[in-house]
Order: sequence, then structure tokens, then C-alpha cells
Amino acid sequence: MIDLLTSFTRELRAAGVPVSTVEAIDASESLDFVDLTDRESLRSALSSTMVKHIEHLPAFDRAFDVFFSLQTPVEAEEPQPEVDAPAAAVDPGELSLEELRGLLAEAVISGDVDAIRRLARAAVLAFGGIEAGRPVGGVYYLYRVMRRLEADTMFEDVDADATPLEQADQARARQNRIDLLRSYVEEEIRRMLVADRGPEAVAATIRKQAIEDIDLGHASRADLVRLQHTIRPLTRRLAARLAQRRRARNPGRLDVRRTVRSSMSAGGIPIDPAFKRRHITKPDVVMLCDVSGSVSTFAFFTMQLMYAMRSQFARVRVFAFIDGVDEITDYFAPGVDFAEAAGRVMREADVVAVDGHSDYGRVFSEFEEQFGEAVTPRTTLIITGDARSNYRNPHEERFAELAERARTSWWLNPEMSRFWNTGDSVMARYQDLCDGVFEVRTLRQLESFVEKVSLG
Amino acid sequence: MIEFSSARELSAALLGAGYLPDDHIAQVSFLAMRLDKPVLAEGPAGVGKTELAKALATVTDRRLIRLQCYEGLDEAKALYEWDYRKQLLRIQAEDEGGWNAIADDIFSEGFLLERPLLSAIRAQDPVVLLIDEVDRVEIETEALLLEILSDFQVTIPELGTIEASSQPLVVLTSNNTRELSDALKRRCLFLHIDYPTPERERDILMTQVPGLSQSLASGIASAVATIREAALRKPPSVAESIDWARTLLVLGVGEVDERVTAETLAVLLKYQTDIDKVAASLAT
Repeated sequence: MIDLLTSFTRELRAAGVPVSTVEAIDASESLDFVDLTDRESLRSALSSTMVKHIEHLPAFDRAFDVFFSLQTPVEAEEPQPEVDAPAAAVDPGELSLEELRGLLAEAVISGDVDAIRRLARAAVLAFGGIEAGRPVGGVYYLYRVMRRLEADTMFEDVDADATPLEQADQARARQNRIDLLRSYVEEEIRRMLVADRGPEAVAATIRKQAIEDIDLGHASRADLVRLQHTIRPLTRRLAARLAQRRRARNPGRLDVRRTVRSSMSAGGIPIDPAFKRRHITKPDVVMLCDVSGSVSTFAFFTMQLMYAMRSQFARVRVFAFIDGVDEITDYFAPGVDFAEAAGRVMREADVVAVDGHSDYGRVFSEFEEQFGEAVTPRTTLIITGDARSNYRNPHEERFAELAERARTSWWLNPEMSRFWNTGDSVMARYQDLCDGVFEVRTLRQLESFVEKVSLG
Repeated sequence: MIEFSSARELSAALLGAGYLPDDHIAQVSFLAMRLDKPVLAEGPAGVGKTELAKALATVTDRRLIRLQCYEGLDEAKALYEWDYRKQLLRIQAEDEGGWNAIADDIFSEGFLLERPLLSAIRAQDPVVLLIDEVDRVEIETEALLLEILSDFQVTIPELGTIEASSQPLVVLTSNNTRELSDALKRRCLFLHIDYPTPERERDILMTQVPGLSQSLASGIASAVATIREAALRKPPSVAESIDWARTLLVLGVGEVDERVTAETLAVLLKYQTDIDKVAASLAT
């Protein structure tokens, strides 16, 4: 068990979960107080001792499933039945697809765990087509099995005549069933893969990037949803940290009146000096965001983060552009659904003036003409975009005027820095005119940038 | 003080105290008692983190000492403070002993004001120490807790180190408004408490709201689960669904439907934009 725990610890560290030695020792001590035949209580014990961040729980669960799923202890006692001939009342190997689907659906609805497990194993054997020794994580096998089973149509659909609450209820019940089935199929696949190649190898193939390190430009739809959910907690944390840093930097001057007053209770000895709060100057932010196809995801994430951090700024004005530029500040009134507002920007704002291909030079000229007054000596100017201007004149002199007038100007480029200045990218032409150019591709980089801006 | 021999036994006891734990909560609490480690309970507001500490105090028959954290909490309010007014009086009072006697005297226990952390350590009877919303204190103040959490002792320069006479059971709660330091987390068992499943929420409602029928409770639980799925500024917590259940009970409602829900949304949701959003999705 200790050996298993050691390699499990190693896998967790490789997956980005920082497990300290003390925590690994705690984990091994906790084993004395756990019913080892109960996998879930083992999971509780290990997760509470080794994982200290919510964000790390999914990675822990994935690794745990691989390392501790090979044999459930009950099966370890009796000789492991041959996988292709499980002992059962009905031999699932003989079933047709239709019968298998029917029995599975029945088992899931009644919650008969043994039956689900047995039938899921039969389904995996029949439809998974698992090839021994292939270094894959099993996602593909899962997809194959679930598609053959047509899991989406296995359970009763939502009643179209029902009220919204009933419909939501039915939909949830249905989704729970599908998820339950999926989890068992997944477990069977994992079991076979682990038996084939060992837990270390399987865990390594299903390791995932931490959410903060996902490239925003190439994130899948599911990842984007997960990212959405991290924005709010992230801004709360960021705001708390900023408040702290500001306080730490500004102890304020001695408040003589309050100090003397409070010294009265100590017989005139100023035991507890009081300080004046210093007035905090908040930056006035103007954002200019490229929302053309390639970089729009990134632009909207940056906007969303800046909006969520609104309380940290004196004012935030946002302009979107492709080859035309328009102010979109009012699209994001407080409480508005962000995805919806982003959709409206793309439909309604005048961001396309000519042909819908980014034209930075034209945009800077137009911005100066129409909204030039937005940039003042108190402004923090933030430009997001890849500086790919489709070989058009970059008009850096127009940008220089803007950047010079602003208090500070930052450029966020969502492209990897080694691709800058290749092809139609004209980053170098603007680079020296800004106070700083940053490669910002992940949430982590974005967070540290916002922190920097907010501190002014 | 009562000892438990298994997580299951603890779980049953907690249920008896009116707190309905899931297996994970019971297992981690049990481990905390056995390993003598603090529990750090983290999760959204109103899922019963503080209640867990109270229930643990009840089932182990320990006294509950609570330290409510807030911004600006410092040593003097969390740990101990010298009663300087009393010290000044002592110095000004007539005394033959001379300066040395006074200096020894004013730094003795008689002049010490106990704050929650110190009283938890010095308590003669076993206690549960609840450090509530620990994410609200500044990161520097967190360091105050480290000595207590790992060694259950407090060092006072003038008096020396005071060790716990009986090992307190420590529960920290956090709403995760900021990242706690790794040093703190390392010393704790981490317990993430999320919104309960509809089944568990139904049972919680039935233990918390006497007179609630099972069908109404499950109606409430699944309606709340549906509402939580929408992207809201503040999803309804368990505390709020309990309030809602009480409201419906007082109103004499037999069944949760769209009309009743829409009319009583204000109990469940705290922002007008959230209320509008849910009301719109309920309208057919």
C-alpha cells in the first residue's frame, strides 16, 4: 500500500497538485483510520490530506480513479473472473445490442450497481475495441462505447407538455442517469487499461492542464465553460489581494487627534497610535480590443475580468474594433449576461467599416477622430490584439500620439511571443511606443497583468 | 467527551444532533479527531460549514469556543492582551515591594486578558475551537494561527509557552474569498463542502423544518437545484432553501409549482437581477 501511495503521490505532483512530504505522511497515517474495503472513504481520507485547493480536486479524482480502481477489494478476495466471461445469471456476452441497451437502462434506473458493472463490462468488450499496449487515455474508447449504445436515447425524454420546473427536473434525472452509465463504462475501460499498462502509464496519458494554464485562444467549448466559472472567484481573490497590497503600501500619516483621544484611557500615554487613511487613486482605464475572429475569445475574457474588477478602477471605457471602432461600454450594464452582451457586440456594434479584416492603422486614426477625448493624461490605455494588420499601413505615428497622451499604455498580445513579427504581425512597430507589451495567453497571465494595472 | 470508533458511528451521532453529513464530511471529521488535526472547511456561503462545527461540539460533548475573523483582527483580539489599564493602576497604587516586585507582578496571569485562541488552549475541559471565515483576516495575521494549529500551544514572551491541557478539536471555515497560505493549509485536513444533492437537501430540510412533508421537501429541493443551475450572482444556499421551506409551510402551500415559486423568489434570491432572470425562465 505504501508503494502504491508513493507512486500515487508522484503522479499527483506530475499532474500539478503540490503534495508536500508532510501531507504524504499525513495521508499514510490516515490509512489506519479508514475502512480500506470502502473506496469512497479511502478517497475522502486521501483527498482531505493531500489536496488543499478546490481547483486541484478534478486532477486528484482522475488520478485516484486510475490508481485505486484496478481491483475493488471484494473482487480481490475471489479470483478475478475472466473479463470476457463474467459470472452472471444472464451471460451478457450473448446479448444483442438491443437487449444490452434494455437491460442497462433497467439496471441504471433501478440503481443495481452489480448489474450495471457487469453489463458495462460486456458493452466495453463488445464495442470498445480496446487494443492492448496502445498509449491512449481511453476517452476515445468511451466515446465509441457510448455512441454504439446510443446512450442519449436510452432514457425517457423530457415531457414537452410539462411545466418548466418539471422539465428541468426530468432533464436532471435523465442527465444523472446518463452520467451514471458513463461513469461505469469509464470505470470498466480504465480497469482494462490499467490491467494492460499499469496505473502510472495510464495516469500520465489522462493528465490534464490546470485550468489557469489553458491557452484561451485554443480552448475547447467545455474548457471555456469551466473558465467562465473561475472568473468570479478569481476576481474576488484578486480584489482582496489588491486591497491588502494597497494597505500595506500606504500606512498613512499619524492622526494626532485620534491618537491623543485614545491615549486618555491609558493616562495620556499614546499606547495605540492611530493613522489617517490615505486617499487611493484608482486608474482610469480605456480598453481598445481587437474582436476579430482569431482573438475575440481572448478580448472578451479580458473585458470580463476588467469589468468584474470595476470597483478597483475610477472608470472603465471599452472600445471594440476590427477595421472600424465603436464604443461598447454600455453593452455590459451590471447584471447583464456576459455571453449575451458579447453576442450583441458582434451583431450591433460598428466594428466593421470596410471588409472585416483587422486594420490597426485605420482603427487608430478613426479612434483618434471619434473618441480621442477618451484618452487623457490620467488614462491607462490597454490594447488587446495580435497586431496582425493584414499587410496594411500600421500608422504607428497615430498610435504614438495616443500612447504619449495616456499616462501609461499596455499592449496584451494573445499570441506566443515567438510568432510576433512573423507574417502580417507588426508588433515591433508598436512595441517601443507602449510602456509594456505582454504575451497573455492564459488566465494566470491575465490575472497577474490585471493586478499590475490595478496597482497603478 | 465521547470517542467514536468509526466514521459511520460519528455520522449517526451527527444526524442525532440535527446535522446531516454526507459520507465525505463524516469521514474527514472522523479523521480530524483521530489524527488530531484541524479541519479546514471550504465552500460557498450557507452550506453548513459553521453548523458542522456546532454539531461536532454537540456530539463530542465539548464546549464551543468561536473566533469570528474579520479584516483587522490582530493578536490582541484573537490571542491575548495585557490589561494595561489594570497594570497602570497597579503601578500607581502604593506599594512597598519596589520596582522589581511590580515588574514581576504586572506580567502575571492576573493581568492577562484571555481572547478566544488562548482560552481554547487553556480550557480545562475539552473544547471545539471554531475559527470562522478565516479568509477574512490579512495574510500576516494568519501566521498567528500556525503555532496553535500544529502544536496546540501559544507562546507569550513574558510568561513562556502555554500548552493545551486537552487537545482542542479545531474547525476553520473559509468562503474562499482569497487564497489561504500554504503553511496554513498544510496543517489542516481540507474539506470541500459543496451544495448538497437534491436527495440530501430534502433530508436536511426535513430535519431542519419540523412539519414539512416529504413530497413538499423533495419539491423544494429539486426546484432549488434547478435554480442553482442558472448562472446567478448569488445562488441560493441551503440556509436560504430552509427559509423558503419555512415560508411555504407558513403559507400553507402543498406543492411547489411555477406560480408559488415565482411569488416567493425573494426569499431565495438576494439580487433583483437574479430574481428577474429566474422569473423569466419560469414563465411558460
